[in-house]
Amino acid sequence: MATVDLKDVKKIYPSGFEAVKGVSIAVPDKELCVLVGPSGCGKSTLLRMIAGLETISSGTVAIDGKIVNSIGPTERDIAMVFQNYALYPHMKVYDNMAYGLRNRGTPKDEIDSRVRATAKILELSALLDRRPRELSGGQRQRVAMGRAIVRNPRVFLFDEPLSNLDAKLRGQMRVEIKNLQRSLGVTSVYVTHDQLEAMTLADILVVMNAGLVEQVGAPLDVYERPASTFVASFIGAPPMNLLPLSQGPAGPALADGKTIEFAPANAVTLGFRPEDADVTFGVEAPSGALVLPALVEAVEPVGAESFLHCAAGGSRIVVRVAGRATATVGNQLRVVAKAEKLHWFDQAGKRV
Amino acid sequence: MIGQSPLRTVIAHVVLILGILIVAFPIYYTFVASTQTLQTILRPPLPLLPGDQFWNNYTEALFGGVGRIGGVSVGRLLLNTTVMALGIAVGKIFISILSAYAIVFFRFPLRMTFFWLIFITLMLPVEVRILPTYKVMVDLGMIDTYAGLIIPLIASATATLLFRQFFMTIPGELVEAARVDGAGPWRFFFDILLPLSRTNIAALFVILFIYGWTQYLWPLLVTNSSNMNTIVIALRKMVSFADADTQWHLVMVTAMLAIVPPILVVVLMQRWFVRGLVDSEK
Repeated sequence: MATVDLKDVKKIYPSGFEAVKGVSIAVPDKELCVLVGPSGCGKSTLLRMIAGLETISSGTVAIDGKIVNSIGPTERDIAMVFQNYALYPHMKVYDNMAYGLRNRGTPKDEIDSRVRATAKILELSALLDRRPRELSGGQRQRVAMGRAIVRNPRVFLFDEPLSNLDAKLRGQMRVEIKNLQRSLGVTSVYVTHDQLEAMTLADILVVMNAGLVEQVGAPLDVYERPASTFVASFIGAPPMNLLPLSQGPAGPALADGKTIEFAPANAVTLGFRPEDADVTFGVEAPSGALVLPALVEAVEPVGAESFLHCAAGGSRIVVRVAGRATATVGNQLRVVAKAEKLHWFDQAGKRV
Repeated sequence: MIGQSPLRTVIAHVVLILGILIVAFPIYYTFVASTQTLQTILRPPLPLLPGDQFWNNYTEALFGGVGRIGGVSVGRLLLNTTVMALGIAVGKIFISILSAYAIVFFRFPLRMTFFWLIFITLMLPVEVRILPTYKVMVDLGMIDTYAGLIIPLIASATATLLFRQFFMTIPGELVEAARVDGAGPWRFFFDILLPLSRTNIAALFVILFIYGWTQYLWPLLVTNSSNMNTIVIALRKMVSFADADTQWHLVMVTAMLAIVPPILVVVLMQRWFVRGLVDSEK
């Protein structure tokens, strides 16, 4: 139905603050692109520029190949789901959904059939005569979705739509949004600060930081090959362990002075994921692997897995072990990570 | 709640009843006086219970008293006052809601200057600018017209500020949702802002209607012909009637009649207030 192309988009506020410092992203037809990053990274500003709610300082936004920089939100044929839902409080659910169609001069009977069909998809049929304040958070969320879907727009824009729901409902709505988006086949841009939401929803994951794109890719590629220390620490929970390296006489060395023979020469940071390491109480050191003596400082049992928080190599690291942890606080043990599971980052924080 | 013990309940009620008596007694006494003959009123003490002249006095004031109130019927006075009070209330709401809309939702040059200009007019009492206003009205030929009664009082900084404060509480997302839904500025105003403001409008209407109804100084200046008098002015003229004795019983009847429309407005609009308060989410 539509593609969304951003070319070197910048947003500079009159105060001189540069919220978005040149972002280029191409979202193919029918795919869901998730913008993820910490608060203040410019992801919401970028979304609002795509929506037409914010002017574009430089660069171009194109929908379906046509540049829409100077076109208002109405003519861009997009629909947006807001964080606080932004339902019209004085209108019934039916009118909330019908309002956009009415403003476009859609015939009455067509509005009626479309609203009812959409309500059916979202299981809102019984609630059409209610007002927003009579609905639960999850129902309001559905109405906000319905208001977007009923218009049958070229692009869906989601601005942290799930952040006001409780954890259980959030998980449920996440699956629903993904299914809906796939079955409707509408190109979507989704903004969130929740990396779990980003990983599970995205066809294309865009990690942003300080107004710039850090990495674009399929979620698992981003997870397995983070392009920078920022991405490495942002994607994944608990985050990747990052250990600083110093330049020893025989190459990069850990803070305790131990040289790592197989480290790339320009690496200044070593990273490995909590699930990519094993713990052992033994003394034999497998070759071609990172071996860190570690002191257990805390144990977090989650049920299916446990997280050991340890002091090792002059830093604090987290290691995941399946099931119950045999180690307890105060144990001395060794953390072993295979060489191919290690990530190296250079001075600028870029992947080596 | 606090009033659990019987003693406290009794004290609370005594205080409340005393308060009501103090507030309501003058009005009740006016009503009592409006049902007595002129002779009874002039010979103190005035009885505390209504007399038997209710029908006579009220029919005389409404239909027979034309000559006594400067040659104008009470009906005409009530009409004049209603037109003025409605004009002021509706006009003030209309103008202030539009200016607040402009100031809150639009970005235009000198926006804050205009806001402060409106704000500053709050600091000037009507009396200070009454002479220049009068001169303008004379030059425009608006003496003894409804327009002359209404227009000088039609702008309201207070109402503008109230609407501004209310509009600022409307979430930005709602405005943006409307924009995405294809609502232009007028659509947004009529479909969303106006319905959301209806309880504010109702509250302001009551306050402004009573404000307009009880205006004294301006109507006194701008009306020369008795035909254009408001009921408040007419009451004053009745009291200091030069040619004859003051018809106190008719003055009291007119006073009672003057109270009725504001009370009606309060009672009718109160239902809107309550609904507005019950609808917690605006």
